[in-house]
Amino acid sequence: MKSNRKFVSGDEAVALGVRLARPHIISAYPITPQTIVVERLADFVEDGSLKAEYMHVESEHSAMAAAMGVSSVGARAFTATSSQGLLHMAECVHYASGARFPIVMMNANRSIAVPWSIYGDQRDSLSMLDSGWIQVYVEDAQEALDMMIQAYKVAENPEVMTPFMVNLDGFVLTHTYEPIELPEQEMVDQFLPMYQTGNKMSMDEPKSLCFSTSPADNQEFKVMQHMAMEGSVDVIRQVDAEYGKVFGRSYHGLTESYRCDDADAVLMTLGSVTGTVRCVVDELREKGFKVGVFKIRFMRPFPKDEVMALGKAVSKLGVLEKNISFGNEGTVFTNVNSALMALDTKVQSKNYVGGLGGRDITKDHIRAIFMDLLNHDRFEERVEFIGMGCEINE
Amino acid sequence: MRPKVKSYKQPSKLSEYPSTPAFESGHLVSKNAGWRTFKPVVDAEKCVGCLRCYLVCPDGVVARTKDNKVEIEYDFCKGCGICAHECKVEAITMVKEADEDEI
Repeated sequence: MKSNRKFVSGDEAVALGVRLARPHIISAYPITPQTIVVERLADFVEDGSLKAEYMHVESEHSAMAAAMGVSSVGARAFTATSSQGLLHMAECVHYASGARFPIVMMNANRSIAVPWSIYGDQRDSLSMLDSGWIQVYVEDAQEALDMMIQAYKVAENPEVMTPFMVNLDGFVLTHTYEPIELPEQEMVDQFLPMYQTGNKMSMDEPKSLCFSTSPADNQEFKVMQHMAMEGSVDVIRQVDAEYGKVFGRSYHGLTESYRCDDADAVLMTLGSVTGTVRCVVDELREKGFKVGVFKIRFMRPFPKDEVMALGKAVSKLGVLEKNISFGNEGTVFTNVNSALMALDTKVQSKNYVGGLGGRDITKDHIRAIFMDLLNHDRFEERVEFIGMGCEINE
Repeated sequence: MRPKVKSYKQPSKLSEYPSTPAFESGHLVSKNAGWRTFKPVVDAEKCVGCLRCYLVCPDGVVARTKDNKVEIEYDFCKGCGICAHECKVEAITMVKEADEDEI
C-alpha cells in the first residue's frame, strides 16, 4: 500500500483527512482550539490542493446553517467547532439531524463556562448526545484522520443519512504533534465516491425540504430518525472493516477491547485518555493484576451489544470520564449501566469522574482506580471524583 | 404553476412516509386560511386589472380572470390587507368574515 508519513498536530490530521474527503464547501467560524483545522483548510483552498468554497461565517450558528444549505443541494459540507461554539450552534445541530443532512463536523472537546476555561473535557459534545448526531471519540491523530473519511461514508449511506460528529480532546489531541500515515487520494476517491441523493433542491425534480408536520405525522419522522441511527451500527462496522482492508487500519467497530478477556476489573474510557490507561494496564499486567481497558468509540449509536458482552465476561467495571451530569453522575456511566441492566447477572460498576476543565488524568490516578476496583467487591460510592486538589468536606 | 390542494391519505405503514422530511413540490395537503378575520373583496366594476395586488400579495393568492380582472383564492388568503392598501382605484375592501352576508 502506498502512503506518506507526516508529523502533524491532531488538527492538521483532521484537515488532511477532510481534504482527502473532497468537501464542496467548508463553513468556518474559528474558535479555540479547533482553529488550526479551518486555518489549514483555508491554506489548502488557497494553494489549490482542495477545490472547495471556503465560507467565513459570522458565528457557529451560521456555520451549521450554511452547512445545511450546502447539504440541501446534494453537496458535501464540513465545519468544525468546540465548546461554547457547539452550544451556540445547538439549535442548528438538531435541525441538521432532523433534516437528515449528512454533514460531517469536527468538535474539539473543551470545557464549558463558567468558571471560564479554554481547556479540555467532554461536557460540550456529551451535552449534545440527544441531538441525533452520530458521535465518535478518537484516541489519536491517525484515528482522527481516518475517521474523517469513514464519517462521510457512514453519514451518506442512504439507510443512515445522519450527520456525524468526530470528537477530539481539546489540546491533548488538537494541538499535540505525532506521526501519521496519509492515504493516497486515488484510493480515498475509490473508497468514498461523490455523494448522490434524490433528496435535494433540484430544478429537474423540485422538492420541498425540511417541511412541517402536524402531530399526526411528526412522531413517525422521529421514529425513522431513531431507527436510522440504530441501523447505523451495522454500517459503521462494515465501513470500518472495509477501511481496514483498503488502508490497513481498522478500529474494531464501535468499541475496542484491550486485555479484557480474562480480566478481573476493566476500566471503560472515551477519547485520548485510553492511551494512558492502556500503558497502566500493561504495567499492572506485568505485576500480575488481571486488568483491561475497554474503549468506547461511539456514544451514538451506543454500543449496547459490546457493553453487554463485556458485562457478561467481567464482574467489575469502572467508567472513567471527563464530564458530569450535575445532580446525577457521568453521562457515559448512565449509558453503560442502562445497557448492563439487560443482563441477568449483576455487574459491580463505579464511576470515576476527572479531568474536568483540562485537569490531567495521570497514571497514578489510573493505578489507584484499578486498585479500588480490584480491592472492593461492592462499591458504596457510585461516583468518585479523581484528582481533586483538596479534600471534599463531608 | 400554482400549488394545488391534494387529499392526504394518512400512511398506515412507516415505509409509506418519505425517508427524510423532503417531498415532491407543487401541492399542498391542507387549506390554510383559518386565522383570517378580514377578507379582501374585489369590486369587479372598479377593478382596472392593473394587477398591483397580484404583485404585492405575500401568499400568491391573487389570480387574473379571463376578462383581465382579479379573483382571490380564499383557501390560502390570510387577510393581511396589503392588496386593499395598495389598490390605487380602491377596488378592494377588507370585510369582516362574519359581516360578509351584510354586503
